[in-house]
Amino acid sequence: MDEPKRITVRQMRAGQSGEVVQVLGGPGLVNRLNSLGIRPGKRITKVSSVFMRGPVTIQIDRAHVAIGYGMSNRILVEVT
Amino acid sequence: MRILLMGNPNVGKSAFFSRITGTKVIASNYPGTTVGFTKGHMMLGVEEAEVIDVPGTYTLEPTSKAEKVASQMLPDGDLIINILDATNLERNLYLTMELLERETPVIVALNMWDDTKHRGIDIDTAKLEEHLGVPVVPTVAVTGEGIKELANRIPEAASPRMPERTRDERWATVGSIINEVQTITHHHHTWLDHLQDTSIKPLTGLPIAALVLAASFFVIRFIGENLIGYVMEPLFEKLWVPLMMRLSDLLGSGGFWHDVLIGKLFDGEIDSFQSMGVLTTGLFIPLGAVLPYILAFYLILGLLEDVGYLPRLAVLLDNLMHRLGLHGYAIIPTMLGLGCAVPAILATRILESRRERLIAATLISIAIPCAAAQAMIFGLVGERGAQYVVMVYGTLFVVWLLLGFILNRTVRGFSPELLIEIPPYRLPSWRALLTKLWMRVYGFLKEALPIIILAIFAVSILYTLGVFDAIADFTAPVVSGVFGLPKEAVVAIVVGFLRKDVAIGLLAPLSLTAGQLVIGCVVLTMFFPCVAAFVVLARELGFKGLLTAIGVMLVATLAVGGLLNLVL
Repeated sequence: MDEPKRITVRQMRAGQSGEVVQVLGGPGLVNRLNSLGIRPGKRITKVSSVFMRGPVTIQIDRAHVAIGYGMSNRILVEVT
Repeated sequence: MRILLMGNPNVGKSAFFSRITGTKVIASNYPGTTVGFTKGHMMLGVEEAEVIDVPGTYTLEPTSKAEKVASQMLPDGDLIINILDATNLERNLYLTMELLERETPVIVALNMWDDTKHRGIDIDTAKLEEHLGVPVVPTVAVTGEGIKELANRIPEAASPRMPERTRDERWATVGSIINEVQTITHHHHTWLDHLQDTSIKPLTGLPIAALVLAASFFVIRFIGENLIGYVMEPLFEKLWVPLMMRLSDLLGSGGFWHDVLIGKLFDGEIDSFQSMGVLTTGLFIPLGAVLPYILAFYLILGLLEDVGYLPRLAVLLDNLMHRLGLHGYAIIPTMLGLGCAVPAILATRILESRRERLIAATLISIAIPCAAAQAMIFGLVGERGAQYVVMVYGTLFVVWLLLGFILNRTVRGFSPELLIEIPPYRLPSWRALLTKLWMRVYGFLKEALPIIILAIFAVSILYTLGVFDAIADFTAPVVSGVFGLPKEAVVAIVVGFLRKDVAIGLLAPLSLTAGQLVIGCVVLTMFFPCVAAFVVLARELGFKGLLTAIGVMLVATLAVGGLLNLVL
């Protein structure tokens, strides 16, 4: 098995899964992501992303959430 | 007794609401700072209870203006029906945890229950009930399954008054509940899941979006045109106009009352578009020309909303909208603006920052023609050829883009990023869809009809008093010099402040060239919001914001109208 490594949601490949480890941001961002269930310990899968700094769509449990480009760079996940 | 329906967005709350209240629904008048909510009634035993559909929220710690409304409405309720999406139990339970810490009794509806089976989710409701300490009832709002049982168990609603906890403690509780009550077995992708993925991936999603928008446009056009051609026009021409002709004879074919009620006769005949009498044009514009399009537009918009397509459009267009200082979600108020600017400007509250709201509301009130105006544009400009309709829309679209670019560069503040849940595609509940359609159409009739009649009345009075001649002479340099329109067109511009549809109708008798008609329609759309939109704009943006919007409006109209005059 590969070593777990830390990357941002933006860097994930479509279809890749990982566990959220940290949200790099102020309490506002942490709170908003938290209310959508995106919080450390949660497993997410990247569905797709839109080119040219477009948003990233992830799946979390059975919900799809679209996240802006900047935010997607501030969510750290651990992938194996 | 007042019952609040609360839950995350996209859990089928509206379908639930229309099931539980029946058809007697009233749209509230957006009081104060609240985002629109709906109110209805249900019978609880012998007592009648008021039911309020609270805007969807993920948490009681509000992260947007719309969510703030939800938490502010909480103390007004005597009982909460907390509606959960059973296929997303974990996230939905977070709000439930917060609600159970408050004092209001709660009953939980596990909605979308039918979806859990084919998604391989099994929930032990008895155990969940035990953990929460409140009744839990599985429901399928779209079909009505479980609604009755829920209503029967309302008296059991309880408030366990759980101690207030931190965010992490709540998630921990949710986690342990989930572990005990929910088992998940693997499920295969259905064709709906595949469609979901194809419509969000840009390579396939963008062509699909173009297709959906084009199809919507043609269906709206088709329904609107046929309703007018085969229902409304024959109704007016065969039944109403002959009646009015007799009234015209009775009034002696002239005089003050004749001019007010019937208006001008053309070759001794009433012209529904041009006569400008309260009983002729005053009824024909709202009912004959505009209502069919309002109906068609809101039917299609409601379908796109309820199927769950709009959030996907928001994701695909996020890039573009960022160039305009907005994010993808702003496409939703913008689409609403194609119906009416009033709910559209109110809907800008879903945007988080002041700057975004200012930009979105300004763009909507300048460059987005409402359905009433569009119906008239189709009617009048369409007669001269489709290319002229394309010119009007093309110009407005370019204005929307350019103004957005400019505002993005000049308005201070920040624009946050997109963060939205994308609901799965769902078959809409026809009941909820028709309820919403009826509320919107009724809203149009209630709000617009009196103002249209007032506008037509004002026009005939002011004509009689000769006020318009004075204004026309005064404004001739701008109207004729810059826009290249006859000075009488100023009447339409002035009336545009009351109603855009009536104003565009006023261009009909001026025998304009096709080019002038295009300029007239563009100028009328951009120049000033109608009085209803003006009031909400003032309330939403404040005095300074309103001044900014109006300044932009005036400069943009002069520039665009002048340019078009040079080109056409």
